[in-house]
Amino acid sequence: MTAHAGRADRHEHLDHMGFGEQDPHEARSNMLLGVRLGILSEVMLFGALFAAYFVIRSESGGWPPEGHERPELLLPGLNTLLLLSSSVTMQWAVRAIGRGEVAAMRRALRVTLLLGSIFIVVQGYEFATNGFGLDAGVFGSTFYTLTGFHGAHVLAGLGFMAIVATRARRGLISAEHHTAVEAASYYWHFVDAVWVVLFSTLYVL
Amino acid sequence: MKALKPGLTRAVLGAAIGAGVGVGSLALASTAGLLIEDGQILGLGYLLALIGFLFGLGAFRFWLTWAAGREINVAEEHAAHGTSGDWRRYIRFTTDHKVIGVQYLVSAFLLFLTAGTFAMLMRVELAQPGLLLGKEAYNQIMSTHGAMMITVALISIIGGLGNFLVPIMIGARDMAFPKTNALSYWLLPLPILLVAVNPLLGGFDSGWTAYPPLSQQANLGQQAYLMAFVTVGISSILSAINFLVTVFRMRAPGMSLMRMPIFVWALTVTATLMLVATSVVAGAFTMLLFDRVLGTSFFRASRGGDVILFQHLFWFYSHPAVYIMGLPGLGAILEVVPVFARKPLFAYPLAVLSFITIGVLSFMVWAHHMFVSGMAEFFHIPIMLTTELISVPTGIVFLAALGTIWMGKLHFKTPMLWVFGFIWAFLIGGITGVYLADVPTDIALSDTYFVVAHFHYTIVGGTIFGLFAGTYYWFPKITGRMYNERLGQLHFWWFTLAFNATFLPMFWLGIEDMRRRVADYPAALGGVNLFVSIAAFNIFLSVAVFVFNMVWSWRRGPKAAANPWRAHTLEWQVASPPPIQNFDEIPTVSAGPYEYGGPVGAPAEGRATP
Repeated sequence: MTAHAGRADRHEHLDHMGFGEQDPHEARSNMLLGVRLGILSEVMLFGALFAAYFVIRSESGGWPPEGHERPELLLPGLNTLLLLSSSVTMQWAVRAIGRGEVAAMRRALRVTLLLGSIFIVVQGYEFATNGFGLDAGVFGSTFYTLTGFHGAHVLAGLGFMAIVATRARRGLISAEHHTAVEAASYYWHFVDAVWVVLFSTLYVL
Repeated sequence: MKALKPGLTRAVLGAAIGAGVGVGSLALASTAGLLIEDGQILGLGYLLALIGFLFGLGAFRFWLTWAAGREINVAEEHAAHGTSGDWRRYIRFTTDHKVIGVQYLVSAFLLFLTAGTFAMLMRVELAQPGLLLGKEAYNQIMSTHGAMMITVALISIIGGLGNFLVPIMIGARDMAFPKTNALSYWLLPLPILLVAVNPLLGGFDSGWTAYPPLSQQANLGQQAYLMAFVTVGISSILSAINFLVTVFRMRAPGMSLMRMPIFVWALTVTATLMLVATSVVAGAFTMLLFDRVLGTSFFRASRGGDVILFQHLFWFYSHPAVYIMGLPGLGAILEVVPVFARKPLFAYPLAVLSFITIGVLSFMVWAHHMFVSGMAEFFHIPIMLTTELISVPTGIVFLAALGTIWMGKLHFKTPMLWVFGFIWAFLIGGITGVYLADVPTDIALSDTYFVVAHFHYTIVGGTIFGLFAGTYYWFPKITGRMYNERLGQLHFWWFTLAFNATFLPMFWLGIEDMRRRVADYPAALGGVNLFVSIAAFNIFLSVAVFVFNMVWSWRRGPKAAANPWRAHTLEWQVASPPPIQNFDEIPTVSAGPYEYGGPVGAPAEGRATP
């Protein structure tokens, strides 16, 4: 019964706000569900890319194909550690804002941005020095398409975080209003998880 | 200065600037000595034109304000929602779901007419053996017809009727993300235009399936189609997210999941399929585009790639896509039946379960499109079995319609006639599908007109009959006016008879081994083909009756009452057309949507109180 009343209350509140606007709680849970569903569709996108990779690899009779070398492990390995730690700092940001500590959240967010940016720069350096290109047969195709799609997602995540940081600087993010921080964290953890799979299949296994 | 305000003028300007920058910069780079291909110029030009178009339209302004941390202008947000009676909101970036629904519906019908015109050209070529328009032209007309009709089937019901009705049916004021909703719609005009003008770029002749290696070699028109398809896919994913969040978070108090109208359930499963499957085909088409434009070799057998891989990825989306097209039609049919049979929907929970089962199974049947592709042999039998299995839940949906009609108090109004047309057409589509699911018969019938007849009986029988049923049924709600019943019935009989006269003989033509996607055929089949062409022209004429009825009734039809069909779902409890906020007060729902058979007349006491 109480649950029912609560729900009705929310709707009454909505009525006062007029059309086109939503109750903040409702907007928040809608937004977070929307982000989760968006990530599900992204999982399927990477699923298609990985499926292509595994099919082509299984048909090639030896991987990497003759005449190709995998990149060295050291630099991408360090890069993996960078990205993994950026997930930790991102979670710090979420926990800090949950407690209302805006300054701590901004610090954690800045560190995450920095780690993510170094990752991208290192990857760019790797791309430039690999010695093979996108047109280097199926090896180059899969390698650059998969890492490139991931890199584009990292860039999008960084852009999103930069926006969140701007809004935080303007005092628009608080313990009550921090949906964007959480949404950014969901997305960032997803990008991170994709990288772990990418690293272990493209570079290691 | 008026042109600089967000709107269609500025959007066109933005698109022109975007295209100019994209084409210009690469052309400049090309003269500077860089090796630039035409495909790259087209790709960048299109991408920037799309962004410029949306910028000009004002699609991003609210998000940019938010991103910059500036104050959001509430007055401007309300203006974007639009005020009732202002027709210009239909050509603007309007966030009202009812406006977006009408935009989708009208666009879908315009596209339907265009694609139908292409079909008429095909039937002109096929009316007699020999060549009239030529092989090249025929292939391009066939491909464009297919691509456009697929788009119609994908967007018309969920985008048009769904957007307009779902929020009202579940007792919400709007969709969960109104701006994203508007973005989903406005992503569509440019790619559709690109497909329409693709003959200027050399056309494409691969059909909508775009199998490599043909699609890798064909000209720029092919690339235009691939890019357009990916754009439509992105629009689909955005609207799927929107529908799911709306349905799961924004239902009115008392609107439990099992009290949702069956149409909403059908669209919920549809949206789930769109969300999960579309990005796979977007990935596949992107790889194909990379093969063409950036020199990768995913599907280039000569360099270690795999052509059949493309077919797997393509059908992994495109078979569920058949249900993305079909389920909304089934939902609309089941929504209409109880109202005109004056009976509760038969086996409602089972129908819901069947929709969900169809959704799950649709991911396990894709390779039945590939029995002759040379894919792994061991895959044939499992796929045949899952394909036949999917006829069980589909049959239950059928039974829900039949069980509701059984012993009902039937009212043979136009929407109900389309239900009967659907039952006949979809039944034939379903039964002939069994022969295409069975490996031995499929190998014999593959790529013949038997397949053409089969999928027209399912997609037209399921989606288009459902679309017409729904459009007539909800016409008074959407426009506030009544359509002309006699013209509606004329449209139904003419269309249905012509449709059957067109496609029933095609089964026979297929068994006689007339090949699909070919401009010519053995002279002995000339007589039947002439008959089919004449019947096909009749379909077109009957649609003209529909268009006249819709346009004329929208302007001059008698005013419709709030609930002319005495239906029980929420959308009929508000005025026709619905007020701008949908409900003065959010209703509390206390009963299911189909509790007919109570006291004659008004809706049962104590249920939806708006």
